Amino acid sequence: MYRRTLTATAVALACTLLPPAAEAQQRTRLTVYTALENEQLAPFKRAAEAAVPSIEIAWVRDSTGIMTARLIAERENPRADMVWGLSVFSLLQMEAQNMLEPYTPQGAEALRPNFRSDRSPMTWTGMDAFVSAICFNTVVAQQRNLPRPSTWADLLNPVYRGHVVMPNPASSGTGFLSVAGWLGAQGNDAAWTYMTGLHQNIQVYTHSGSAPCNNAARGEYGLGISFDMRAVTLRNQGAPIEIIVPTDGVGFDLEATAILRGSRNMEAAKRLADFAVSRPAMELYGRYYALVALPGVQPSVQNYPAEFEQRLVEQNFRDVALRRDAILREWASRFDSKSAPRN
Amino acid sequence: MSDAVLPARAPSPVVVPLEARLLRFGLLLALAVLVAGLVLPLGTLLLRAFQDPEGSFVGLRNFAEYATTPSLRLAAWNSLWTAALTTLLVVPLAFGFAYALTRACIPAKGFFRAVMLLPVLAPSLLPALALIYLFGNQGMLRELLFGNSIYGPIGIIVAQVFYCFPHAALILVVALSTSDARLYEAATVLRAGHLRIFGTVTLPMARYGLVSASVVVFTLVVTDFGIPKVIGGQFPVLATDVYKQVVGLQNFNMGAVVGLVLLLPALLAFAADRWANRQRSGLLSGRAVPYVPRPRRARDLPLLALCLLVAVALVGLVAVAVWGSLVTFWPYNLNLTLQNYDFDRFDTSGWAALWNSVRIAATAAIVGTALIFGTAWLLERGAPGGALASAVRFIAGVPLAVPGLVLGLAFILFFNHPANPLGFLYGTLAILVLNGVVHFYTVMHLTAVTAIRQLDPEFESVGASLKVPAVVTFGRVTVPICLPAILDIAVYAFVNVMTTVSAVIFLYGPDTKPASVAVVHMDEAGQSSAAAAMAVTILAITASVKLAQIATTGAVNRLTQGWRAR
Repeated sequence: MYRRTLTATAVALACTLLPPAAEAQQRTRLTVYTALENEQLAPFKRAAEAAVPSIEIAWVRDSTGIMTARLIAERENPRADMVWGLSVFSLLQMEAQNMLEPYTPQGAEALRPNFRSDRSPMTWTGMDAFVSAICFNTVVAQQRNLPRPSTWADLLNPVYRGHVVMPNPASSGTGFLSVAGWLGAQGNDAAWTYMTGLHQNIQVYTHSGSAPCNNAARGEYGLGISFDMRAVTLRNQGAPIEIIVPTDGVGFDLEATAILRGSRNMEAAKRLADFAVSRPAMELYGRYYALVALPGVQPSVQNYPAEFEQRLVEQNFRDVALRRDAILREWASRFDSKSAPRN
Repeated sequence: MSDAVLPARAPSPVVVPLEARLLRFGLLLALAVLVAGLVLPLGTLLLRAFQDPEGSFVGLRNFAEYATTPSLRLAAWNSLWTAALTTLLVVPLAFGFAYALTRACIPAKGFFRAVMLLPVLAPSLLPALALIYLFGNQGMLRELLFGNSIYGPIGIIVAQVFYCFPHAALILVVALSTSDARLYEAATVLRAGHLRIFGTVTLPMARYGLVSASVVVFTLVVTDFGIPKVIGGQFPVLATDVYKQVVGLQNFNMGAVVGLVLLLPALLAFAADRWANRQRSGLLSGRAVPYVPRPRRARDLPLLALCLLVAVALVGLVAVAVWGSLVTFWPYNLNLTLQNYDFDRFDTSGWAALWNSVRIAATAAIVGTALIFGTAWLLERGAPGGALASAVRFIAGVPLAVPGLVLGLAFILFFNHPANPLGFLYGTLAILVLNGVVHFYTVMHLTAVTAIRQLDPEFESVGASLKVPAVVTFGRVTVPICLPAILDIAVYAFVNVMTTVSAVIFLYGPDTKPASVAVVHMDEAGQSSAAAAMAVTILAITASVKLAQIATTGAVNRLTQGWRAR
C-alpha cells in the first residue's frame, strides 16, 4: 500500500514535470525568440498564423540583452527556430558566430538596402526602425520650470542638471543606441565632448534600457533618454509624457528577423521569414513604428513628425557593431569610474 | 577530519558495517545530485573564465583584463562595505527578533513568526517598488531622507536589510528554539545574573547560528544584483558587473571571471562553517528539558517593542505595494481599480504563469526538502566523516555565493550541450525545479544542519546499542523531533522558488514562463501597477502556504513535540 502510494506520487510528479506527449499536430510549432513588446505578441501571432496556416508560433519573449545572451549560450544546440523582432546588433553578433541560416525570403530584395543583410543569401531582414528619443514629463517640467528640449544639444543646458537619466550603454542596448547615434551624427571628437557635457546633467545611468522612460513617466525624473516605442504604452496608461525625437540627428536600430542555423523546422521557418517581409506584415509593423523596411508602406502610428526619416543619422550597422567594444571601453573609462552618485 | 584531534568530543555514533555502507551510498547519491546540478554546470561556465570567446585557453588573461576595469576597485569596495553594514544591521536585529520569539513571553508569537517571513514571500521587485513609492523623487515620505536620493547606497542598504532579514531570522529562530532548561536552572542556582546567563549560556549555544546567519547575509548582499539594478542607480557593485558582462555585452568569459571572483565569499563561508563546526557540541542531550520562558517585564517589553517596530516596517512596505497594485497609474492617477489584476491584458502567459510557478515551487519543496534534510542528516549523523562528507559539505555552501545569472547561464551551457544525456530536461519544468533546489540549497542545508546538531548523538548511539538501524532512528526520532524545522525548510523552498527571477530568466520555455519573470516583464514594459498586482498575487499564494504551515503547527507540535513537556 505504502509502495503503491509512492509509485502513484512518482507518476504524478513525472506527469506534471515532463512535457505533454506530442499530440497529433497538423501545424508545425515554431519556437520564436523575440524582444517585441508584450502587446505586439498576440496580433503578430494571429497575423502570421492566418497568413501561413501550416505554422503555430510559440513565443519566448524577454528583453534584448537577456534574449541575446540566451541565444548565444544555446549556440551548441539551438532551441529557437526563428528570431522575429530582435535588434540588428544582436543578429550581427550572431552572424559573426555563424549562427544564422542564410536564406533570402521571397520579396526581401524590395526592402530598403540598409534594412536588410548585405550577404547573399541574406542572413537577416529588417522589419522597422526604432530611434533613440527623449521621454519628457510635462508635469515635472512645469513644476521645475524645465523648457521643452528639441535637440540633443538642448540637453546640455544647466537647467536640466540632475533631471536627466539614461541607460548605461554597457548594460543596455538602448543606451548603446544613443551613444552610437551621437557618434554617427556629430563625429567622434564632438560626440565625446557632448557626452562629457551631458554627464554633468545626468542624475543616473540605469542598467535597464526601459527604466529611463518608465521613471520619467512616473515623475521620478524630468527627462529619460530611451527609444520611441517605449512611450506609447505609458501614455495609454495616462502618463503625462511627450516623446521627443530630437532634430539634430538620432541613432536608430532595426528590429529584424532571422532563421537559426540548425532549426529543426527549416521549411516552416522559411515560410514565416517570407511572411515577415511581406506587405501585410509591414503594415502590421507600421501600427507601432514610424519607419518600416518596405518602401511605400504608410505607417499608421500617430504623433510622429512628417520628416521623421530625415532625422535618422547615416549608420552602418556592421561598422558600429565592430567598434562596439572599443566605444564601450572608452565610455566606461570616461564616465563609469566616476559614476558614484552625487548627492 | 578535524574531529580526530578533539578527543573530548561526544562519542561518535556507533553504526554497524553493512549499514555504514548503505549510509555511505546515500551520501554518494546526494553527492551525485549536487555534482550534476551544480558542480558540472558551474564548472562548464567557470572554465570559460580561462578561455577567449572562440574557446581557446588563454590562462589568466581575462582576469588581468578584468583587473584593469576602471570602476573595479570602487565596485569591490562598495560591495564590501554595503554587505558588511547590512550584516551589522540585520544580524543583531534578527537575533533580537528571534530571541523574542523563542526566549521571551510576548503575545502574538504566531503573528510575528509569519510577519518575519514577509520579505521572502514576495518578489524583490515588490519592496523596490514600495520604496520608490515611499522615498522616490515623487515619494510620500521623501522628506525623511533629508535631500538624499533613495537611488544609491541608501536604497541598496534599506532594501537589502528588508530582503535579508528573514534569512537571518529563520536561521536564528532554529538556533534558539532548542534549548536545555537545566543549564538555565543551574545558572540561576549559581546566582548568575540575567546578563551573565545570556553571555555564558544563550550566546554560546547560538554561536553556530550567529556565524551562519552572518555568512548568509554577507554573501547574499555581495551576490545579489536585483536590488542594486533596480534601486542602486549607478552606484557600482561587483554583482552588477556580472549583469553588464552577461546581459549587456554577452561576454560570457568575463561574466565567468566575475562569477569566480564572487565565489570568494563562499570560501570564506566554508572556513567559517568549519570553524564553527570545531566549536560545536551536542546541545540537546536525550535528557534535555526544554526551556520555557517565564514573564519578566524588563526583558519582555523592550523585545515586544522591537518586534512591533519590525512588524510595522515589514507590513508597511507590503501594504504600500498592495495599494500600488490597486491604483490606476502612480503617481498621476490614484483612482483605485482592479483592472491591474486582469493579467491576460498585460502578458500573453497571464494567469497561466502563476500556475506554472505553483507547480515548480511545490515540486521543488517536496523533492528539495527530502534531498536536503536527508543529506544533512547523513553528514551529521549517518555516515562517518572523511573526504566524501567534506566534499558534500563544501558543495552545499557554494550555491549561496553563486549569482542567479551565473547559475542560469551555467545551466544553459551544461544541460543544452548536445552531448549531455540529461539534455532532455532542458526546456521542461523539471529543469526549473532542479535549478530552484540548487539555487536555494545553502540556507536550507544550514537550517537542517542547525536543527540536527542540536540533537544529542546519543539518540543514534542508544538506537545502535538496541540494534535499531540508524535509518529507523532517523525515521522514528530525528524526523519527528525536527519536523518543525523540516516544514520550515519546505516552505522556504516553496516561497523562494515562487519569487526568484535571476536564474530562471534564462531557462523558461514557451509554455513554462514563471510568474516572477512575468512581474519583471510587466515592470520593464512600464506597467508597474500590473507588476505590483502580480507580485501581490504571488505574495498571496506564498502567504497562504505559510499560514497553512502556522495553522498546522499546533497539531504538529502536539503529535511530535509532546515529549518536550515535563
